[in-house]
Amino acid sequence: MKVREIVLTGQYICEEDGRKISNTVYKEGGKVFSKVVGVLKITDEEINIIPLKYVYIPKVGDRVIGIIKEVETSGWIVDINSPYLAFLPLAEVASSYVDVFRTDLSKFYNVNDIIYTKVIKVSEDKVINISMKDEESRKLKDGVIVSITPTKVARVIGRGGSMIETLKKGTKSEIIVGQNGYIFISGGKVEKAIEAILTIERESHLYGLTDKIKELLKNE
Amino acid sequence: MSSEYLLKLLRNGKREDGRGLNEFRKISFKTGIIKKAEGSAVVNFGNTSVIAGVKLDVGEPFSDSPNEGILIVNAEFSPIAAPFFEPGPPDENAIELARIVDRGIRGSNLIDFEKLCIKEGEKVWIVYIDIHTINNDGNLIDVSFLASILALKTTLMPKYEGKIIREEKVDKLPLRNYFPINISTYKAENILFIDPSLKESNLAEACLSICIRDDDKINSVQKIGSGSFSFEEIEKIFNLTKTKAREIRNLLSSSYIS
Amino acid sequence: MSKSNKIDLIVGGKRLDGRDFFEVREIEMKVNVVNNADGSAMVRFGNTTAIAAVYGPRLLLPKFLQEEKAVLRCRYNMTPFSTDERKTPGHDRRSIELSKVIKSALEPAIFLEDFPKTRIDVFIDIVQADGSTRVASINAASLALAMAGIPMRDLVVACTAGKINGCLVLDLNGKEDNFGEADLSFAMMYSKNRVTLLQTDGEFSYEEIEILIKELKKACEKIYEMQKSTLKDYYQKYVE
Repeated sequence: MKVREIVLTGQYICEEDGRKISNTVYKEGGKVFSKVVGVLKITDEEINIIPLKYVYIPKVGDRVIGIIKEVETSGWIVDINSPYLAFLPLAEVASSYVDVFRTDLSKFYNVNDIIYTKVIKVSEDKVINISMKDEESRKLKDGVIVSITPTKVARVIGRGGSMIETLKKGTKSEIIVGQNGYIFISGGKVEKAIEAILTIERESHLYGLTDKIKELLKNE
Repeated sequence: MSSEYLLKLLRNGKREDGRGLNEFRKISFKTGIIKKAEGSAVVNFGNTSVIAGVKLDVGEPFSDSPNEGILIVNAEFSPIAAPFFEPGPPDENAIELARIVDRGIRGSNLIDFEKLCIKEGEKVWIVYIDIHTINNDGNLIDVSFLASILALKTTLMPKYEGKIIREEKVDKLPLRNYFPINISTYKAENILFIDPSLKESNLAEACLSICIRDDDKINSVQKIGSGSFSFEEIEKIFNLTKTKAREIRNLLSSSYIS
Repeated sequence: MSKSNKIDLIVGGKRLDGRDFFEVREIEMKVNVVNNADGSAMVRFGNTTAIAAVYGPRLLLPKFLQEEKAVLRCRYNMTPFSTDERKTPGHDRRSIELSKVIKSALEPAIFLEDFPKTRIDVFIDIVQADGSTRVASINAASLALAMAGIPMRDLVVACTAGKINGCLVLDLNGKEDNFGEADLSFAMMYSKNRVTLLQTDGEFSYEEIEILIKELKKACEKIYEMQKSTLKDYYQKYVE
């Protein structure tokens, strides 16, 4: 297998030329350098390096999988695989009035419940709000969570969703991918699915990955 | 005064009290101020004030140096000296300061440790230097170092006859004829300056603290802070250290000291 | 410990371990040695071995500590069995200072501003100590930070130098550190030509420091190349 070109921390990439740069590169003295170990992705618009490992930083609109950590009086504290905890306000859950002084909110979501949710607000000082008020958001039941480096989520999904289709077909599992790197797997060959996903994470920088995954899922 | 204003001044080569970048504040000192201590000094650079006290004790030598006395340096950032100093054991800054002073004194060979031996392998003099901040307005390392040296230079050894007789002083501490000085050069936005006030030192991203002897030998170097230095800056700082250390020595020799 | 010449450290123009003056000991580097960590590395200089593990950026608690930049915490720790005499476990004054010095050597390289209100923990254990432990720690921590995906300006490379029996040498071993006249610890962002650690102990002239810095730069170039190939090789090993 061929390795996609790996760039290293501090490596010179190119001269600064007015193109946008991603947050994984930096400019200094008219030159562009890498901040991370990653794979180079240069387009006409942007100089980007996709890190081989990176922490999840929430953006508005991201669809993420979260785990309820705490039930509070007016909402829930949610782990979204990020250095920042998210807050799910009651108003982003209930469609009608709830008397918070008389209602135990754990009847909606309890600690350790898994939710598929959406980031709706990221304030400057990193207060993260999420919402359940859209059709796709829901509680996820009877499954396991696999955690991968968030920058590799795109590889798990594949071009036009090709990889995730291969995974679903090959395992007969329900697989839901959060952009934060949490992946929910339920039903079908769960262990096989986990193995395939971890292989993608580990070898995301190699060419021919799709074929390898197809092969892995075929064996049996 | 706001930090932006102080930075603006620094960019123009100025300080809030009218000094230049490489000028000290007013330096004053007094020795022998603590009667209970064998040696002591208070040193002030502007509003920064530090007391160093030397106490002597007798104890067992270290096994790898059975015929040498022992030096122990300790620093305490007393909560009286700044609103952000907390009571409790020394924090990493106090420990670093004490260790810089310790290395500078040791590296300079100022103390003749062999003359502090009473009986080889059994009894030697232990020299304790305790550094105590009275008011912290920046540049604690340089002020503490000078206070420690002045305290050592004025230390009188008590009589020892099986036990220490503190009332009877018999001799000076065995010191070699050196005068090590510590000069810390701070850097903010590529501007180098010495002897910062507390506010100025908060602007600095890095500091190079150098201890230098009369013969320009370097006794210790410590880079401190979150910034970095170019090789040119390092060379500049070494040269500056040389001249500034001489300046302090001249200042002191005109007013006192063997 | 006094810095006096009690033993001959140079015999027949060579150092006791057979090295030339400006020869660095055998160096070994490995990444991903602690599975639980977000990034980790082991660096060995002769018989000095440091393991560094990075956790984070992660949640910064308590809330009142919240900062505009990530908080970098470093902890240097010597294992009790790493030294000739058993080292009493725990954080003594030396390790508190070294932790601070190591932090000061790494911090200039890290884009802490990319992760406000978080903390990045760098834990370093010295499992074998034979001199130059702080620079082994810095080399290991730098690799571990890169493996953890922490954004940096450059890798930080470190090496020691010193004066033993009047001769200038690189990469002090334990004996040379204890019985030599002076030592110097040095770290830099190699491709940026920026010094992030300069610490000396003992007596040097400025000219000696200048010579050593020149030699240290050469040694750092080699260590830098090793760091880079260690990272590259790690990702290459999945190629069948």
